Amino acid sequence: MNALDLSELARTSGEWLRGSGPESDIVISSRIRLARNLAEFPFITRASQADRTQIESVLRERILAIQESGELEYVNVNELHGIDRQFLVERQLISREHAESEGARGVAINRNEQVSLMINEEDHLRIQVMHSGLDLEAAWEQIDHIDSLMAEKVAFAFHPKLGYLTACPTNVGTGLRVSVMLHLPALVLTQQIDKAFRALQKISLAVRGLYGEGSQAMGDFYQISNQITLGKSEISVIKQVGDVVPRLIEWERTAREFLVKESHENLHDKVARAYGILRTAQTISSEETMHLLSSVRMGVNLGLISDLQIPLLNELFIHTQPAHLQKLRGVELDTADRNIERARYLRRHLNKDNGDGESAN
Amino acid sequence: MKCQQCNKTATFHITELTKGKPQELHLCEEHARHYLTQSDDEPAVAPNLAGVLAQQLSVGQTAEELARLDQRMCPVCGITFYEFRNQGRLGCPHDYVCFESELEPLIVNIHGETEHVGKKPANYPEGTEHLTQLIRLRREMGAAVDEEDYERASQLRDEIRTIEEAAHKKNG
Repeated sequence: MNALDLSELARTSGEWLRGSGPESDIVISSRIRLARNLAEFPFITRASQADRTQIESVLRERILAIQESGELEYVNVNELHGIDRQFLVERQLISREHAESEGARGVAINRNEQVSLMINEEDHLRIQVMHSGLDLEAAWEQIDHIDSLMAEKVAFAFHPKLGYLTACPTNVGTGLRVSVMLHLPALVLTQQIDKAFRALQKISLAVRGLYGEGSQAMGDFYQISNQITLGKSEISVIKQVGDVVPRLIEWERTAREFLVKESHENLHDKVARAYGILRTAQTISSEETMHLLSSVRMGVNLGLISDLQIPLLNELFIHTQPAHLQKLRGVELDTADRNIERARYLRRHLNKDNGDGESAN
Repeated sequence: MKCQQCNKTATFHITELTKGKPQELHLCEEHARHYLTQSDDEPAVAPNLAGVLAQQLSVGQTAEELARLDQRMCPVCGITFYEFRNQGRLGCPHDYVCFESELEPLIVNIHGETEHVGKKPANYPEGTEHLTQLIRLRREMGAAVDEEDYERASQLRDEIRTIEEAAHKKNG
């Protein structure tokens, strides 16, 4: 069953890129995930192909049964082409590990892409809810509800003392990962970002790049998340992450104000040049695009560029990724052709003199 | 005793008092110097599973003890402690029970706590260990059938049914 049309999905963007929600100039998204395993099966590394197939079918049936409005669509990841898997990774709907592993596995996604349920990732089930802006409490309410509905008919491995049992002891307990994605270009420019990270690590929070574990911080996007999952309730972890984010926001705003005040011409020049390159380049790499879009995004937030909207920029960060470009174009492209297509895509969306502005469609 | 960072003999034995809990370090001269000259401003290293494990296991354990520990096997999924140490992933929920004493220091190191606080599954607040035993029972029943030991197989089948029926009743 593959009702979800990925090519159609490619032309839109997920709710979490809407650029709305509290503090959305700096906070891109709030994400919560829960790790769960079926008590009656071995964890993935010890599961046979037959086990995996059974796990997949038990969880898929339960997922399709819980939805009241029928809005979850199931994608059989094992049957997808490499580009389509990469596409789901770029949209943050599945993890890189899930895309690259083998055997029976899938993901259920809702239409606005706020909810995704990955089957047979590192754990049997990984539930994820992602909201735009700083919105952790609402995301928790939503994921808590989904988890409870799932658990009405399937037994998740649970130990009275250790809590939910997971394949890796780093997730045991709540199985909860709370992460907030922030855009911190001014902290990078003023070379304060390392200081910020050290402060976070001291309180056991982890910092990662845009695409999670081990990924580089592309486009000055950083994910802040909890590491401790045992001995702290879900609510208190959410509060800890939620409390630290406003301080980072304030720090970033102070750095932006400093840049505006102390080196306004330099900053404006940097932003304007970035915008100029993105509007005129004929071939451009993904890395350079991310880097320049980051400057432009900050420029829009500081009022240095007035003819661009944040949602369009948020979307360009994702739509200029390799698999998206290929899905949007409808053909497979090698790196050189992708760089040409990326430049063309950027020119088309950033030069709006001809008419009332093309939308992403 | 060997240095925890390399194979040389440990000549420095350092006890660190962090958060009130003494932590023992056994290092050779070179690594001790490196350790002691580290400034507090260096980025705190996030707990890394393999590193934490290696450290836990090398403190106060002889080679034989380690070898014996490594051979211990979970009766449910068949994973050895050695395999877990190598891949950093457990084989089944029962591993938390059968490797409890080995995992506890590791869990304390990662989380600083040993007891879950927070959500419980409404149907199984008392735990799901009996369901995890189904993995072992089903495998044993398969083996009994293969060996044509039908009496044993039917015993196991009854045992499995009892657990499954109780679960079905619970899940409506």
